Amino acid sequence: MDNVFAFDVLVVGAGPAGIAAAFGAAESGARVGVIDDNPRPGGQIWRGETQQRADHPEAKSWLEKFARCPIEFFSSTEVVDQIDRGHLLAQSHDGPREFVCKKLILCTGARELFLPFPGWTLPNVMGAGALQALAKSGLSVSGKKVVIAGSGPLLLAVAAYLREHGADVRLIAEQAPWHRLARFGISLLLQKNKFVQALAIRRQLADIPYKASCWPVRAAGNGKLESVTLRCGDRTWQEPCDYLACGFHLLPNTELAALLGCEIRGGFVRVNHLQQSSVSGIFCAGELTGIGGVDASILEGSIAGYAATGQDARAAQLSRQKARSENFTAALRRAFALRPELRASVSPDTIVCRCEDVPLARLRSCASWRAAKLQTRCGMGPCQGRICGPAVEFLLGWKTSSVRPPVFPVPIETLARAPVSQFSRPSEENLIPHEEPR
Amino acid sequence: MPEEISVTVNGAHLNVTSGMTVLAAILSSGAHGVRKSVKGELRGPLCAMGICFECRATVDRRPHTRTCQLLCAPGMEIRTDG
Amino acid sequence: MTSPVHDVLIVGAGIVGAACAALCAAEKLRVGIVEAEMVGGGATAAGMGHLVVMDDSEAQFVLTHYSRALWEELSPALPADVEYDRCGTIWIATDDEEMHAVAQKKQFYESRGVRAKILDSGALREAEPNLREDLSGGLLVPDDAVIYAPCAARFFVERAQSCGAQLHIPCVVTALTRDGVRLNNGTTLSARFTVIAGGAWSTALLPGIAVKKRKGHLVITDRYPGYVRHQLVELGYLKSAHSLTEDSVAFNVQPRRTGQLLIGSSRQYDAEESAVDHSILSRMLARAQEFMPGLAKLSAIRSWTGFRPATPDKLPLIGPAPDRDNLFLATGHEGLGITTSLGTAQLLVSQLLGRECGISPAPYLPNRAYEGVHA
Repeated sequence: MDNVFAFDVLVVGAGPAGIAAAFGAAESGARVGVIDDNPRPGGQIWRGETQQRADHPEAKSWLEKFARCPIEFFSSTEVVDQIDRGHLLAQSHDGPREFVCKKLILCTGARELFLPFPGWTLPNVMGAGALQALAKSGLSVSGKKVVIAGSGPLLLAVAAYLREHGADVRLIAEQAPWHRLARFGISLLLQKNKFVQALAIRRQLADIPYKASCWPVRAAGNGKLESVTLRCGDRTWQEPCDYLACGFHLLPNTELAALLGCEIRGGFVRVNHLQQSSVSGIFCAGELTGIGGVDASILEGSIAGYAATGQDARAAQLSRQKARSENFTAALRRAFALRPELRASVSPDTIVCRCEDVPLARLRSCASWRAAKLQTRCGMGPCQGRICGPAVEFLLGWKTSSVRPPVFPVPIETLARAPVSQFSRPSEENLIPHEEPR
Repeated sequence: MPEEISVTVNGAHLNVTSGMTVLAAILSSGAHGVRKSVKGELRGPLCAMGICFECRATVDRRPHTRTCQLLCAPGMEIRTDG
Repeated sequence: MTSPVHDVLIVGAGIVGAACAALCAAEKLRVGIVEAEMVGGGATAAGMGHLVVMDDSEAQFVLTHYSRALWEELSPALPADVEYDRCGTIWIATDDEEMHAVAQKKQFYESRGVRAKILDSGALREAEPNLREDLSGGLLVPDDAVIYAPCAARFFVERAQSCGAQLHIPCVVTALTRDGVRLNNGTTLSARFTVIAGGAWSTALLPGIAVKKRKGHLVITDRYPGYVRHQLVELGYLKSAHSLTEDSVAFNVQPRRTGQLLIGSSRQYDAEESAVDHSILSRMLARAQEFMPGLAKLSAIRSWTGFRPATPDKLPLIGPAPDRDNLFLATGHEGLGITTSLGTAQLLVSQLLGRECGISPAPYLPNRAYEGVHA
């Protein structure tokens, strides 16, 4: 059996939640495997933490521990389909892989929400987390003028990072109004460690203008970004810049969970206090179940890891701490809700579906998301509606979720593969050893 | 010390630090964008995390390869639309 | 509650219903179209959009040939998003026995006025360099074409509406009445004639008719312009379409105007769920790779399923429903609904208006006797 790997517990996603889940599960002696689509563990928030000066000191220690432990890590690997219960089909850079497991823990994290506006498709307009990720993967931002816009605490973290790496951060434009941000700030006071983190960032960024009720309405430039027009109340002005790092908070990557039949509620995977989803044997943790940041992800990942391996007492003990992180998650959601004025930025010829170049005007002539997909091919490109779907939900109110395999584009040969272990499942005694290099 | 490796971007040699992604290499080579959209617009990355597919290039003769989470390897041949 | 009175009420706005509506409206009939979900959303959306002349039976040939000519005549008027492309079909032979069948097929077509050209192994390679090398050859039918069917269905509905047709959408028909239909909101729509063009769902309204669901899978790739130039079908496709009992796959690849490749095909019985079946999908793609090895490395971006409405003799039901003189059928087109939608519309309208049609309606009448048992 080639390229088939069996585990007691398989964790999908090696961000904070997935790493915590893997450790938690491994404490029971279970055989644990972890998959991630990146070449290295850490997910988004801990990307590059071992290599660069650590922004998250705890990250460095988690990642170093992860590198030393016997948990098996499959990098650059994406799950694309389910062959059978507990039997997944995945794609690695060099070919397909099958994974067989008794318990599955999904920690697929979140992505940024992108809202279209005129000029948003210009090169050098990208997400906020995106510019940070790009800088972490080797792009120099030294001396570059950057405007950071959109919504959420991520904007501050990105500003701090870019500034530290030599960027000239011109301003941070947060669409939420001051009164909501103030209320959020107060809620941070109730969580001491978060408050301390926030203070530290605020100090770092003291000289960068931070404007509330402010958002981009147009990006302009010849062949690439040269300036962004921002609106704040009644005022609009043009800000010259080299990069616009703009993301409107975060959305969970629920596609795999939905494919596997997990109930999705309010856009997130519904789980109980032990991170158990609606499908027996599948646990979910981290941003997938609610945008709550690193601390919540680590807590939930640990709970999932314990709960999936029968360590119920530990799981229950930790789950008592969830109330506080749930409050933070709720506070985030309230503070950074999108204001309706953002819908007014789009014009009829603004591209909404970037894969198929479908402008808003063509979508408006359709009666539903499904009709729009068939008539205009919006949402039918390789991103499978991950980028345009949420934008369309916000702009037009259409519900846009529907999942079919493969959940990511994949070479035909991977789908053509007759499942190797279709007829026999490895028993507990003969879990397959493998020589996968880490 | 991070080592240097050599790749080609649209035929031109480029020395990059090992650990750099193909996307970072493309953008460091002076290109503003990576792919041409369906209607011919030059595009750069949007999400930089493997979801938007705007970073697709032809890598080692394989078209439509996402480059934002792919590490450069010695001798890699990278071709873009932009 | 009163409701508008139509001359013709067409149930189902797939491509067949839409084409019928457009022609009825053009003939100055007062047309109503009632559609449960969206225009062109059923098999019309799921299928390949191949406009093909088939030689499976004389009746099938007549209807597909007649229809293909109607499409060609219409093509200049089709909007750009229908993507009409006369790329031709190549029927592929893998061995000498199949090359013999190719020769017979050519004879069949040419004697009936359809252009067809035999390609030997070398000519096939030149026409389609990405096919595997050791194929025996094939038959090129250059006047076959490809369209994007959901936009064609929308175009037909718009044409009907511009002649005064009324589209009732989304409206679910719960029952047939003596002179029309009842909707799920309790209202009724009445008409002199009602036409059932509900595809695989026609049996929900007429449980007795001989239409069964035949599930199919499809995969679409990212853009690879020029990788495939013609619609490519293995001759074994006919064996697959023939089988009344077994699940089967056959090599069938279509180039889209976008440069994407559409890969099929599969046929399954007794498969009522629309979920993608991984084992059938893998069989279908493995078959495709056998003919075109390079497909293995192409990026598949989506897969989906659809339900063809199948009849025991692979011919559609076009004409009066049994035992009713104001109820007509235009359904049961299996994998040829896109092609024969135009011929179906002509047959239907000629029967509604009591006049001659370009072809005889006899083989497609719903009250015909079937040879053999319906599986």
